[in-house]
Amino acid sequence: MADSDIKAMTAQIPGVDFEETSFTNPVSLNEATVAIVTSAALHHPDDEEFTMLDIGYRVLESSRHDYVLRHWSPNFDPTGFALDINTVFPIDRLQELADRNVIGKVAEQHLSYAGNQFDLSSIQLDSGPSGAQFLKDQGVDVVLLTPV
Amino acid sequence: MATIVFGSIKEQVESTAPPRALCCDFPLGRPLGEPQNPEFQHRVLESAFQLLQAEEPIIKEYDVSIPDTADEVLACPLPPRHDPDLHPALDEVRGLRPAYDRAIKKYGNRIGMGRAIDLENLEEAIAALIKITEGTPWKEAGIPGFPSRVSQDIRGYYETAALELSENAPKAWAGTRWFFNNTETGKLLMSARQTMADSGANQPIWFYMAPGDS
Repeated sequence: MADSDIKAMTAQIPGVDFEETSFTNPVSLNEATVAIVTSAALHHPDDEEFTMLDIGYRVLESSRHDYVLRHWSPNFDPTGFALDINTVFPIDRLQELADRNVIGKVAEQHLSYAGNQFDLSSIQLDSGPSGAQFLKDQGVDVVLLTPV
Repeated sequence: MATIVFGSIKEQVESTAPPRALCCDFPLGRPLGEPQNPEFQHRVLESAFQLLQAEEPIIKEYDVSIPDTADEVLACPLPPRHDPDLHPALDEVRGLRPAYDRAIKKYGNRIGMGRAIDLENLEEAIAALIKITEGTPWKEAGIPGFPSRVSQDIRGYYETAALELSENAPKAWAGTRWFFNNTETGKLLMSARQTMADSGANQPIWFYMAPGDS
């Protein structure tokens, strides 16, 4: 049971071919609203559980720290998150950067997907753009994407 | 919006052609590197935010690695046998309960139980695994939920309890290896998984009961 073996197992899983890379230059970082999108299947305890083939997202509130990790894959170490949520979801670190005016502010809401998906077309078509619009409506400028 | 991807598998990051990505050779499950080390996490974030200055797509490799040597197992005591009439796994589960409760109180139920089973039916799940290893077909053994999800709950129970029994914060995968290799229930789960595989159960049913390389 080794990290390198798991990485080797998954390294060749094909990704999605994009015709072009979407590239955006944001506002200055010290004016930017920063959000996190994680594929760690985090949610709040009172949210709907992720089902096995769930392509949807859950909204994570900055003001709550009761995140639970409910990913369907057994192929990662969960104890880092158990000890410190910032290992996966660096919400406290972002707030510290905002307090020091390194970033403009932390978004009030963030997004979580379940990364254990094989049918990526539905995410491309539906829940991906929907999540992006959700963040844009909040005025988010910069997004950090964290996996497990 | 500008996006910055964190990734621990470089090939996967490259395959998605992201606008900005920071490849960190950190253990899976720890994209910011070290838990309970804000300075380390801030250095990773600083490196990520520097990518916003790029004028074209960029994939950068972070200059610090956290290797997993695959030989580190959590130094974690297990409860001594209490009731010799019980299956060792059931006896062990009961002995770990105080540590689990303390860990939940301290950290919250971040990775513990609640996917398919809770404390109320933990022993029912263990009993079902015992039946499988004793020859009962898995569909008739009474697993109280989808096998991989039940297994994650059992593993979560142990890895949560271990947080309170280990003197040091677990290195990545050390708790997982401790559970599957050292504990009675971990060995039972692996035996039940193998029995299910040998009996011809569909691969997704048994495969995801443990990490894929085990």
